[in-house]
Amino acid sequence: MSDLLSPLDTPRRPAALTRHSLVLARRGLAKSVRDPGAIVNGVITPALFMVLFVYLFGGSVSGSTGDYLRYLFPGVLVMGAGLSGMLASGVSINVDRKKGVFDRFRSLPIGRSAPLWGSVLADVVRYAVAVALLFAIGYLMGFRVTTDLASAAAAAALAMGFGFALSWVMVFVGVLVRNESTVLAVAFIAFLPLLLGTSLAAPVDTLPGWLRAWAGINPATHAMDACRALLTGTAAGASITVTLAWSAGLVAVFCPLAVLAHTRER
Amino acid sequence: MEQPAFQAEGLVKRFGKTVALDGVDLSARPGTVLAVLGPNGAGKTTAVRILATLVRPDAGTARVGGFDVVREAARVRRLIGLAGQSATVDEELSGRGNLVLIGLLLDLRRNEARTRAAELLDRFGLTEDADRPVAVYSGGMRRRLDLAASLVGRPRVVFLDEPTTGLDPGRREELWRMVREATAEGVSVLLTTQYLEEADALADDLRVIDHGRVIAAGTPAELKRVVGGQAVSVRPDDPEHMDETARVLASVTGRSPERTGRATLSVPVDDADTAWRVADGLRAEGVPVTEFSLHLPSLDEVFFALTGVSRDKESDT
Repeated sequence: MSDLLSPLDTPRRPAALTRHSLVLARRGLAKSVRDPGAIVNGVITPALFMVLFVYLFGGSVSGSTGDYLRYLFPGVLVMGAGLSGMLASGVSINVDRKKGVFDRFRSLPIGRSAPLWGSVLADVVRYAVAVALLFAIGYLMGFRVTTDLASAAAAAALAMGFGFALSWVMVFVGVLVRNESTVLAVAFIAFLPLLLGTSLAAPVDTLPGWLRAWAGINPATHAMDACRALLTGTAAGASITVTLAWSAGLVAVFCPLAVLAHTRER
Repeated sequence: MEQPAFQAEGLVKRFGKTVALDGVDLSARPGTVLAVLGPNGAGKTTAVRILATLVRPDAGTARVGGFDVVREAARVRRLIGLAGQSATVDEELSGRGNLVLIGLLLDLRRNEARTRAAELLDRFGLTEDADRPVAVYSGGMRRRLDLAASLVGRPRVVFLDEPTTGLDPGRREELWRMVREATAEGVSVLLTTQYLEEADALADDLRVIDHGRVIAAGTPAELKRVVGGQAVSVRPDDPEHMDETARVLASVTGRSPERTGRATLSVPVDDADTAWRVADGLRAEGVPVTEFSLHLPSLDEVFFALTGVSRDKESDT
């Protein structure tokens, strides 16, 4: 006890940023276990859309619910990963900053971006859970992968990569705005055009002109088309490349912006 | 000369048009406690945040353990611990989870971090509730955990930003004892507070700040000499007896009493003996009272004594 305050013997260990980010990611996940809200949102909402669309419209759109599920499921997968990405980190980072938890971290000898990386890495685990649960629900409803396991894994990875990219956008928003309700509002407003204004429910060429124009640009459309190709063997075209390019581009722009905005003093 | 534990010279910080700090100097010898006393908005927290590397000053310099807080921030962060208003524990984690997390971020190995956490939980009387989420902790437990969190890295300098604001008196004294134990082991402390009593209980040296400037400096004993040591507060049974009470207070102490509450009068006294004479005077006059207390002057009374301006009146103008 008498040496409670003698200096710590802490030699600087290598790969500090990675290690600290992983420590903080664990913290995020420990909280997720207690309060699985973000995962639930990332699973329930897409699952509800899937059930609703398949059983309400499936018959009239595709002639049978099974055929429609085949079309719909890959898009729902992207929606699940995207939604998890949009809801988790942005909000939790905003709350941590506001409450002063991040100030404690900032007073510690760790990389300034470590709390952001920690949060986003924890999200990756959350998408993985969301994607796995959606596969299970899809399977129960009758969806079968018609390609192979490697392609299915690639589809899951692509969806998660897209979610990862979106979560950096939301981290930037979370750092920038004052309240978590604003972050949620941004996520909700972005959700409609981004994840529904796509080829999710019907092929792009069946949409009215203005929506078709948007859906054609929308990176989520490309991600959904790419997953569809990887899971059900439809023509991939350029969709996989375009999705990867978009995801990389979003991370390249928003990760530095978020770190910059976070480390900028208040 | 011995190098100060921390030192700030001419600190200036503006937030938009608000001047939070307007040329503040602070310093403390190693192993001592410096208290910064001031009301809300005086600039106390800003000074702590600059020294803790969270905010950059607009002008002036600050060093901790000889390292510049701006240019050598990473070095400074290895020396400091932060508790109070500027940093919080994570409500969703357990008490132990919080301390282990900080240990790991300080590059302790997992078993070392766990040992350190257990040691601090034990020391701050939190072992029993260690694995419950902080959200269910009482205010006093949370402050204790907060203090423990600032000590995980065995810091040489600890910043305590209003560590007891909002705690009831019993809890406050308990926390003081824990701060005193930590400082007995040689850690240097910058304490900000709104209570002269707290500064008196813990500090070796004291600065009073207002509107971003140091308006008084000295030891707590020196400052108490200026502001009149202690004060007596009396609340008569019946508000109709206010005038009579005031007359007794004035005649015994030779000072004019101030109205400090809706029905409370307060007057500085030089020693406890004067307080007993006030009590005798009230009894002789047959004025029944519901409250009678001898205490250190409140922040308002300190400011009144130092500046001659009542804070209430000042904010009215």
